[in-house]
Formats: sequence, structure tokens, C-alpha cells
Amino acid sequence: MMLTKPDPQHTQLYLDGVSVSFDGFRALNNLSLIIMPGEMRAIIGPNGAGKTTMMDVITGKTKPDRGTILFDGDTNLTEMDEAGIATLGIGRKFQKPTVFESHTVWDNIDLALAGRRGPFATLFHRDGADDDRILAILETIRLSGRRDVLAGALSHGQKQWLEIGMLLAQEPKLLLVDEPVAGMTDAETAETARLLREIAQTRSVVVVEHDMTFVRDLDVKVTVLHEGSVLSDGSLDHVSADPRVIEVYLGR
Amino acid sequence: MQGGILLPRLDRAGLIFGAVALGLAILIPILNLIVPTDSAFHVPPHVVALMGKYLCYALLALSVDLVWGYCGILSLGHGAFFALGGYAMGMYLMRQIGPRGMYGHPTLPDFMVFLNWQELPWYWLGFDQFWFAAIMVLLAPGLLAGLLGWLAFRSRVTGVYLSIITQAMTFALLLAFFRNDMGFGGNNGLTDFKDILGAPLQADGTRSALFAASAIALAFGFILCRWIVRSKLGRVLVAIRDAESRTRFLGYRVEQYKLLVFVTSACMAGVAGALYVPQVGIINPGEFSPANSIEAVIWVAVGGRGTLIGSVIGAVLVNFGKTLLTNALPEIWLFALGGLFIAVTLFLPRGIVGLWTGYWAKRREKQAASIATQPVTEGS
Ligand SMILES: Nc1ncnc2c1ncn2[C@@H]1O[C@H](COP(=O)(O)OP(=O)(O)O)[C@@H](O)[C@H]1O
Ligand SMILES: [Mg+2]
Repeated sequence: MMLTKPDPQHTQLYLDGVSVSFDGFRALNNLSLIIMPGEMRAIIGPNGAGKTTMMDVITGKTKPDRGTILFDGDTNLTEMDEAGIATLGIGRKFQKPTVFESHTVWDNIDLALAGRRGPFATLFHRDGADDDRILAILETIRLSGRRDVLAGALSHGQKQWLEIGMLLAQEPKLLLVDEPVAGMTDAETAETARLLREIAQTRSVVVVEHDMTFVRDLDVKVTVLHEGSVLSDGSLDHVSADPRVIEVYLGR
Repeated sequence: MQGGILLPRLDRAGLIFGAVALGLAILIPILNLIVPTDSAFHVPPHVVALMGKYLCYALLALSVDLVWGYCGILSLGHGAFFALGGYAMGMYLMRQIGPRGMYGHPTLPDFMVFLNWQELPWYWLGFDQFWFAAIMVLLAPGLLAGLLGWLAFRSRVTGVYLSIITQAMTFALLLAFFRNDMGFGGNNGLTDFKDILGAPLQADGTRSALFAASAIALAFGFILCRWIVRSKLGRVLVAIRDAESRTRFLGYRVEQYKLLVFVTSACMAGVAGALYVPQVGIINPGEFSPANSIEAVIWVAVGGRGTLIGSVIGAVLVNFGKTLLTNALPEIWLFALGGLFIAVTLFLPRGIVGLWTGYWAKRREKQAASIATQPVTEGS
């Protein structure tokens, strides 16, 4: 239990008292959460707990009704738009894989690559200037052999990896990953855990996931969300033993 | 450095298109001016004008394809940009008439004399200069597109709402230009032009030159569009078309991209209108009619959206059909156009070009399959 307000200094992501309502329904209710630089955190919670909405308010898709959201301890995210927040260094992987289906795997990574984002910068951008970076990322996500395939033709699991590759290309300081292994085979799930752990070595990562084997594989601190606020946090074993958690989530 | 970016993107498609357009720009004037009238190869002047008109429509279609096919902006108001470019050119042509009007007034166009106006309105100043009119051909549609786009894209108006707004824009301009006190000739528009850059408009040589200018403008438009869609910016546009909010989360300011491409496209439409007016000899508010903008979208759909070349093919073919049909059975044209649109949407969602590329893709697949199934005679 935190009795005094923690200091946002030195935090990577700082949420304090964040609330969001949709037509009177509280999707987020006084949510507070802190992620430290380099930390990987798993977020679990039943359907409708507000996990995706939390990512929406961090990335600027939804404006919170109340509360503070700070990045790097001092940048106020509630006043910025999606593109601005993305350029700060926050990458997001959606629940449903959204890659650009009519672009090749290669072009998907190329579009995500950190770099200047203005229309004139891209209009006069030289093709071939970033090939090494793209090749390295394709290697990491194991899609080198499919670089010229249209992303729409990839399997579900490959699309998820491509999207993770796109996030890597953005070189974010903070990565938000929404249900990365939904619909994956066991082998793909294990591979994804490996991939995320590798990625987390150099940045903060927040992973929302239902799959308990996967969360156990990640082996990080877990936060349980329920009805828009934090119900419990700690190690997976700790939260699994929490009677409130058992009641609303694990017991069902 | 510049060449490093500009030249490699001048690809085969752009070069072939440019070469064909240039060939037409040379060939048609020869067939009209030099080949004797009684030869089977002679192209009569009215056909030259008709083909020039088709090329202007093709440039308009190209501009529609750039925003619709590559960025997903279904503009139902591009006819307005075309008409504004046309009016800018028309104003220049009016002032070229000088004292040769019916009323013989030294500067005022006939319709102003008729309305008892004493002097030229301020916004007609400068239009006696060709260079000024040429700038206005780009500026008037560009500014309107910039203003509308800035308002709409900033507030994230997309899809059918954006289409309705663009349609409302052209309708509002239609009503405005109908008014006599707007100073653009009202109902009758601008007409009775005499000459352009000192050359008489009715002369065969001028018509041929205008045709050649249209072909070259179309080639430039095509190469410009190829250059845009093959750049990284072009790939961002397609990303916006397919998954707009995803593109935002990658850090791209979608509204800036849409605005840039919308303004560029409006300027292209303006040039098309400016070349169109001297070839048909008139511009009136009817050019703002919402149906015109819708027709341009149909040309693109018929030819194949998002292919550039398809929009050119669609514009030329549909208008050729229109010419044939309105001569034979004028009353059924609108039904034919509507039917064509429905048929293309249902049976040819990727247009004529899609049919063509689909056919070749299938053939290649079949060939690959037949090679794969051939019995292995070597080895083992
Ligand atoms: N844009 C929206 N409009 C209305 N209700 C929404 C919206 N987004 C989310 N909700 C509601 O907020 C609640 C939390 O949703 P969500 O964050 O998607 O949950 P989770 O990702 O934890 O399953 C759900 O009840 C959902 O129906
Ligand atoms: Mg969710």
C-alpha cells in the first residue's frame, strides 16, 4: 500500500488518479501506476478491466477525464496527440495485429523506422539509406526470408512479429504491448516471450496478456487490473495467492 | 544530390508514358496541319479539340486518383478545382478580347458593360497578363483545397463525411458563380474568346498547340504522380489509406500528409481546367455541378483506382463512350453512366487495369504450376 504520493522523478511512466468514462461508464477509475526505466511489467485482468483503455490514454487516443500521465518524469502526455507521443518514444502494439497489409514486410519496417516524420522529409527520402537497420530488425523477428511478401499474406503469428519488429524500428523508450500471443501456437508463444525479453533489455515494456503460461515465462512483476483500477501487484505467485484476485479473476 | 533523388524514381512506367504523350503531342498536330485534308490519315480540327478535351479530363482523373487511390480521400469536389482553374484561364482570355467585344469597351468584358459596371472589379486586375493568370490557375484551387483540407483533416473528418463536404463545396460555388454580382459572367459564364498569347483560338495551329500542351501537361502530371507515389511519402499515403490510426501511432502527422497531397492534386485539377477552357471555348457555372465531380470519380473507378494509368484510361474511354452515346441517344447517357458505375463496382472492383494485371498474374501462376508438376527427368 502506498500512503504518500510517489515522486514522478526518475520514472519512465507515471500515472496518477487517471479516470475515463464512456457515457457514464467508468472504464478507468482513479488508476495509478508507475513503470521505471528498463522495467518490464505484465498487466493482467478480466475482460473489460480497462487494460486497452489504459493504453489508449497513454498513447493519446483517448483523453482522460482526470488524472496525471507523465513520461520521463516530466512530459505531460495528456496534452499531446498520437503522433507527438509516438515521436517522444512510446511505441504501441495493438491487440489486433495491424500491419499495413498492402505493403511488403520490408516497407512495413521501413515506415516504422525511427527518423524524420514530416511529409517533405519522406518525399525527398533516399531509398536504400536505411537498409542495414531494416535487415537487422528482420533478422531479430525472424522474417528475413519473407521480406518481399505483402504483409497481408503473412500468418497470424508472423503478423504479430512483424508488428513487434515495427515497434523495434521505432526505437521507443517505452513499449506497450496489448495481448501479443492471442491466437498463437505454443511454439510461437514461447518465441514471442523470448523476443520480448530480448527487447526489454534496452527499454521499458508493458505487456497486457491473458495467457498465464506466457506471463510466467516473462517472469516479471505483475499488476492486476479490475474495474479500471489496480487490484493487486507483485510477483505472479504473490498476486495468484491474493484472495481478491482469486475472487474476480483467477477463480472464474 | 538532387539527381540522386529525382532520376532513379523516373521509372519505366513514367518514361513510357512520357514518350507516348510526347509522341502524340508531335504526331496529332502533324496529322492535322501537314497531312492533306483528303488523306485518310488527316485528323480534322474538331477531332483535335475533342482529343485535347479528353486529355484534360485524363489529367483531372489523375488528380482524383492521387488523393482517392493512394490516400483514401474520396473527393467529390474535384470538379470545383478544375472549374476554378478554368475560370482563371477564362478571365485571361476575356481580357485578351480587349476592345473587340460587342460593346467595344476598351477594358470591360461585355457582361460587365451589360450590367452597367463602370470599372473592372479588383479581382480582375492582373488577368490581362498571362503569367498572372497562370499563377492563379494554381493558386485559386490550391488555396481553396488548402483551406478546406486544413479545416477538415485537422478535425479528422474522413470517409463519407469528407466526401459530403467536398460535394457541398462545389455546390456552394455553383450557386455563387451563378450570381451576376459575383462578377464572373453569371449564368452565361465567360465565352466569345478571341485569342490566347496573341494566337487566334479558332486557328488550326492554335488548336494543335493546345492539344500538344495538354498532352505534355498530362505527361508531367503522370510523372509527378509516379514520383510522389514511389517515394517514401507515397508509402506513407498508402499506409494512411489502409490504416490511418496505425500510421498516427507510428508518429506520422496524417493531416499534414493529406493536406499536401490534397493541395497538389487540386493544383493539377486546376491546370486541367485551364487547358480545357480554351479548347472548348467557354467556362460557365455548370462546370461546378456536383455531377461533374462524381463523373470524374467514376472514370477513375472504371480504369482502376490506385494505378494512375487506370485513371487516364478510364477518363479517355468513358468520355469517348459519352461522345458516341450523346450523339446517338443523348437521353440515356446518365443511366448508362450509373449502370457502368454499378457494374464496375460489382464485377470489376479493380477496374480495367485490375482486370489486365489479374489476367497476367493468373497466367504466370499457371505457368509456375505447370513447371512444378512436370515430371523430373534428371537426377535421382
Ligand atoms: N471507445 C469506447 N466507447 C465506449 N466504451 C468503451 C470504449 N472503449 C472501451 N470501452 C469500454 O470500457 C471497458 C474497458 O474496455 P477495455 O479497456 O477494452 O478492456 P480490456 O482491454 O481490459 O478487456 C469495457 O467495458 C469497454 O466496453
Ligand atoms: Mg483489451
